[in-house]
Amino acid sequence: MQILGLYNYWIFIVLMMCGFYVVISRGNLVKKLVGLNIFQTSVFILYISMGKIIGGTAPILTETATVYSNPVPHVLILTAIVVGIATTALGLALVVRINEAYGTIEEDEIHAQSEDEAL
Amino acid sequence: MTEHLPALQVVIPLMAAPLCALLRPGRIAWMLAMTACTLCLLIAALLLERVLAEGVISYAMGNWPAPWGIEYRIDTVNAYMLLLVTMIGAVVMAFARPTLEQRAHLSKRKQPWFYTTYLLCLTGLLGMIITGDAFNVFVFLEISSLSSYVLISIGRDRRALTAAYQYLIMGTIGATFILIGIGFLYVMTGTLNMLDLAARLPAVADTRTVRAAFAFLTIGISLKLALFPLHLWLPNAYAYAPSAVTAFLAATATKVAIYVMLRFFFTIFGAQFSFETMGLDAILLPLALAGIFSASVVAIFQTNVKRMLAYSSVAQIGYMILGISLVSVTGLTATISHLFNHALMKGTLFMALGCVSYQIGAVRLDRLAGIGRTMPWTMGAFVIGGLSLIGVPLTAGFVSKWLLILGALERGWWPVALLVLLTSLLAVIYIWRVVEVAYFRPAPEDRKIGEAPLVLLIPTWTLALANLYFGLDTSLNAGVARLAAQSLLGVTQ
Repeated sequence: MQILGLYNYWIFIVLMMCGFYVVISRGNLVKKLVGLNIFQTSVFILYISMGKIIGGTAPILTETATVYSNPVPHVLILTAIVVGIATTALGLALVVRINEAYGTIEEDEIHAQSEDEAL
Repeated sequence: MTEHLPALQVVIPLMAAPLCALLRPGRIAWMLAMTACTLCLLIAALLLERVLAEGVISYAMGNWPAPWGIEYRIDTVNAYMLLLVTMIGAVVMAFARPTLEQRAHLSKRKQPWFYTTYLLCLTGLLGMIITGDAFNVFVFLEISSLSSYVLISIGRDRRALTAAYQYLIMGTIGATFILIGIGFLYVMTGTLNMLDLAARLPAVADTRTVRAAFAFLTIGISLKLALFPLHLWLPNAYAYAPSAVTAFLAATATKVAIYVMLRFFFTIFGAQFSFETMGLDAILLPLALAGIFSASVVAIFQTNVKRMLAYSSVAQIGYMILGISLVSVTGLTATISHLFNHALMKGTLFMALGCVSYQIGAVRLDRLAGIGRTMPWTMGAFVIGGLSLIGVPLTAGFVSKWLLILGALERGWWPVALLVLLTSLLAVIYIWRVVEVAYFRPAPEDRKIGEAPLVLLIPTWTLALANLYFGLDTSLNAGVARLAAQSLLGVTQ
């Protein structure tokens, strides 16, 4: 039962591994960024899960509620989401410039061209 | 006013950055950026003086008391680091303007953006050093990383773009690992304040979550500081970035990552947990030695001098990690001292190379033939930096090598001490290759190049002379470093 009860943490692990695998295995620069994005997003789920308290309500002072969810991880992850967006935007901008400079976004083709330059 | 100095240290470059983007032409933006950098240096010097006189400064950001608010906490270690980073920041900023304006490297319209990015990078680095909040470290880390990816991609060579992309991928993986680590620590302790974490962690230290957090943080920080074998992003990034950017990043970015490592291992987890329970030194020691040895050997075979110095940086990072793995006051003093000395020597070397590429337009080894005679001042600075890198007495580099060897002998690890000496000889070889080509090969007949302009030589020589000065007066890079090491290990004098 414990395994099922912690399902969001399992989703975190699976997503993280998927994203990480895509970053390592793909040679296409855009696909790598997609993988990186999944990898980062998985951490959002980790943080959001850890703030949730079963039966807790939104952290607003009312007479009726006594159990609140912890808002701090949610606020923290808002910052990380912004960072993630900035990283993706910057990464994509770099890919556009790489495409202009090399005429391709496949890692091995770029590598071959760079090798020629080095010789 | 003076009680707000810790906040101003970060706020001044942060506020100056967007202003720079609005100012035209580039020269006006540069003047603002230069003023901001100088003010930062001044503040850092004042802070260090105050910390040494009065002890730890705690500053509650926005007047929210710790542990709820973000605390800026300045002790000997980070006051020393602040001074280092702001000093390099100011010197390299003076160096950057002519190199950007030359041969329209950056169009006039884009020059102010360079200063904006540079100041943001400085903000991030200073923030990482000054903050006493674990999550704040991550935020500032990303500010400095994102801006350094941009700075690297400005390089003239198209390979700068792929180098920046590669750094972006590896840097983001590292930062995300750090984020996961901090998350796990928060789950177990419910706090993000470093001191609070240090107080609450021992009670829960024997859990898998804390051990996992430790592992994630170790890998994440090691990626950022380019610990062998996680250094793959570094050589290309340093080789193809513009000269000023290379000088700035080589002298500061990896050093700040090492500082973060010291903070997490010694202040938050505590030396006992990190090294006795987790046995981290058994991992760091072989990696450091392998890194020193292999990177030094690879450096010998490089034809691009900038790339050669980049590999040398990987080796030098190995020396710093070696100091950490000794887990003694002398070893840590060597690490903290080498942070400072290596910034001085690599700053000098990369700026001297910047002068060379300013005049010749290349840093390939064969193109440097005979420049020892045509550019005596530039190569003079290079030689001083090189001697310091090797660790010749009377230079700053000697101080930290000496401490490192002492630390190794203190532990009775004489083979390690011997290896440090041997690998210094490898440094002799790769520096000699440049000196030989520059001084003993005839310059091509048709080339008419003179000495680099004074605006470039002054900042280069400022750092070169600092190498000599701190080789003689070791009160800062050995004296304060020892105090910092003692405060990290919790040893009282």
